[in-house]
Amino acid sequence: MLTLTGITKTYGDRRALDDVSFGIERGRLTGFVGANGAGKTTTMRILLGLLVPDGGTVEQDGMVVGADQRRRFGYMPEERGLYPKMKVAEQIEYLGRLRGMGKRSAASATAELLERLGLSERAGDLVEKLSLGNQQRAQIAAALVHDPDVLVLDEPFSGLDPLAVDSVAGVLSDAAARGASVLFSSHQLELVERLCQDIVVIAGGTIRASGSADALRDQNAGSRFELLVRQDLEWLSAVDGVRILQARPGWALFEASPETAQRVLERAIGSGVVSFAPHRPSLTEVFREVVQ
Amino acid sequence: MSAPSGERARLLPFRSAVALVASREIRMALRSKAFLISTGILMLAVLASIVIGGFASRSGSDTAVAVVAETSSIVDGVDGLTVTSADSESDAEQLVRDGKVSAAVLPSDEPLGYRIVALDESPGSLVQRLSVSPSVELLTPSQQDGALVYFVALGFGLVFFMSSITFGSAIAQSVVEEKQTRVVEILLSAIPARALLAGKVIGNSVLAFGQIVAIALLASVGIAINGAGSLLSAIGAPIVWFVVFFTVGFVLLAALFAATAATVSRQQDVATATAPVTTLVMIPYLAILFFTSNEAVLTVMSYVPFSSPVGMPMRLYLGQAQWWEPLLSLAIVIASTVVVIAVGARIYENSLLRMGSKVSLRAAYKR
Repeated sequence: MLTLTGITKTYGDRRALDDVSFGIERGRLTGFVGANGAGKTTTMRILLGLLVPDGGTVEQDGMVVGADQRRRFGYMPEERGLYPKMKVAEQIEYLGRLRGMGKRSAASATAELLERLGLSERAGDLVEKLSLGNQQRAQIAAALVHDPDVLVLDEPFSGLDPLAVDSVAGVLSDAAARGASVLFSSHQLELVERLCQDIVVIAGGTIRASGSADALRDQNAGSRFELLVRQDLEWLSAVDGVRILQARPGWALFEASPETAQRVLERAIGSGVVSFAPHRPSLTEVFREVVQ
Repeated sequence: MSAPSGERARLLPFRSAVALVASREIRMALRSKAFLISTGILMLAVLASIVIGGFASRSGSDTAVAVVAETSSIVDGVDGLTVTSADSESDAEQLVRDGKVSAAVLPSDEPLGYRIVALDESPGSLVQRLSVSPSVELLTPSQQDGALVYFVALGFGLVFFMSSITFGSAIAQSVVEEKQTRVVEILLSAIPARALLAGKVIGNSVLAFGQIVAIALLASVGIAINGAGSLLSAIGAPIVWFVVFFTVGFVLLAALFAATAATVSRQQDVATATAPVTTLVMIPYLAILFFTSNEAVLTVMSYVPFSSPVGMPMRLYLGQAQWWEPLLSLAIVIASTVVVIAVGARIYENSLLRMGSKVSLRAAYKR
């Protein structure tokens, strides 16, 4: 478990991060979502030790993280690039060796990863000769080569085609399954929803929500209900305490207290109820809700 | 998937990180066509200046003279003459007219007993060779003639300038390449900035040292082949000192190039950012050419850290420096290198992650 507590960072008179605290569990994928400029990259750089925070701590299993632990971190920066004039495999091996791997184990780990990412055939090509999607796969291999305990990726899916998304997602899930803590940022909320067990939402330098995806959706469910009936629903707007959010003939999404909802359901039985359920917001809805 | 068989990554000792970075720098340079070509050009330039310098220093070819039987004894034992014996004075004059010889030495009633006949120009070198002059004893002899001194100065200056610029820009490019591609973020998440800087400086210094040694050997061989054995003995020690000074001095320059390059994020800004350092490298090169014979300027140059790699070997070659002077100057270079590395490393460290517009050196030094 990796824990950030009370992280603060100020650039000049702009507070980039304000009391940022959240945890990244082992063996799970944690999605880090927020608008541009919300503080994701700064948070990640602090996690990696690239930036020193003005205040706060980063701890791994209760121990303050130092250079020794960070050697076991893997990182993929957002504006990605490797050395353009180095060969793919050579470069990944080099980065593995900088993280303390021996020559032979770096070579074999590189070969395995490239195979897994479908890049084996390009292993001897210069990075600059690869397509953007393939460069991104190479970048992910570079972050994973030393089998890290903690994996931090800034927008790993941006610019990938659907097949590449699947292979990258597979690699990240594997890393988590082996017990790594994986944190990645993304703008693609549907993707985060599909892949991640945990979510952290940041806006304006503060953490607006964090925890398991399920819990977050439940917490932000509010008191909303979805009702589908066979007949018309025009009477619904006349019920005291009901606020209709969306409506189509025979269907409505409305906000009401549980008691009012109970009365609505009783009334609806006469209209032939097809379904009645509390509405669980999608991650996109949760996101909109919490950043407002 | 990639559970590497057995070995997990461990904390890399500082020295190993430096060695890895340095060896990558060397490998990439040796693979670069631009680097190989510029090295080739520099080698050729050195070879050419030795050959040209050799010609220039050879004090003219032999003078062809004609003599008759009565005057042949006069030119006997005089160096630098090609003697043709003519049957008569008129034959000898004819040889002069035909341009076969540049002068004829003929009998005369004058006190000297001979006269010189030439076509349209007084044959200075012949006159000089036949003259009797008092012997001159120099208390501090300088056996080098002007043209040769100039070429030696040009050689030191050019090699210093070209090698510094070649490897200085190599290091600057490599710093900015890492910044521009953001590879630097991955590197810094693995190793300290100082290890990265040290690796770059060492890698490029090794390359520069290798190139300088190769040039020094080439120059020595060239001089030997050129038949200037005495020149080689005069210039051998200065060349060794040049290599020593250059190697230390280059570390200083490399740190400056790396630090100034780290303040920008794009390749196209490198030249502007490193311009002050490039100027520093250019000054000794120009100064040595303009002030080859100005002992005061040379003395100053031989102690200023940027120019001493050129100035001190030059003074040693001219026999102006005492034995302890290169040692003192070397100590100055080493001391300033230590200071510059400390300042440079700080600027480098503080600028690496600042992307976008140029970081001012003051801001980079502060935090």
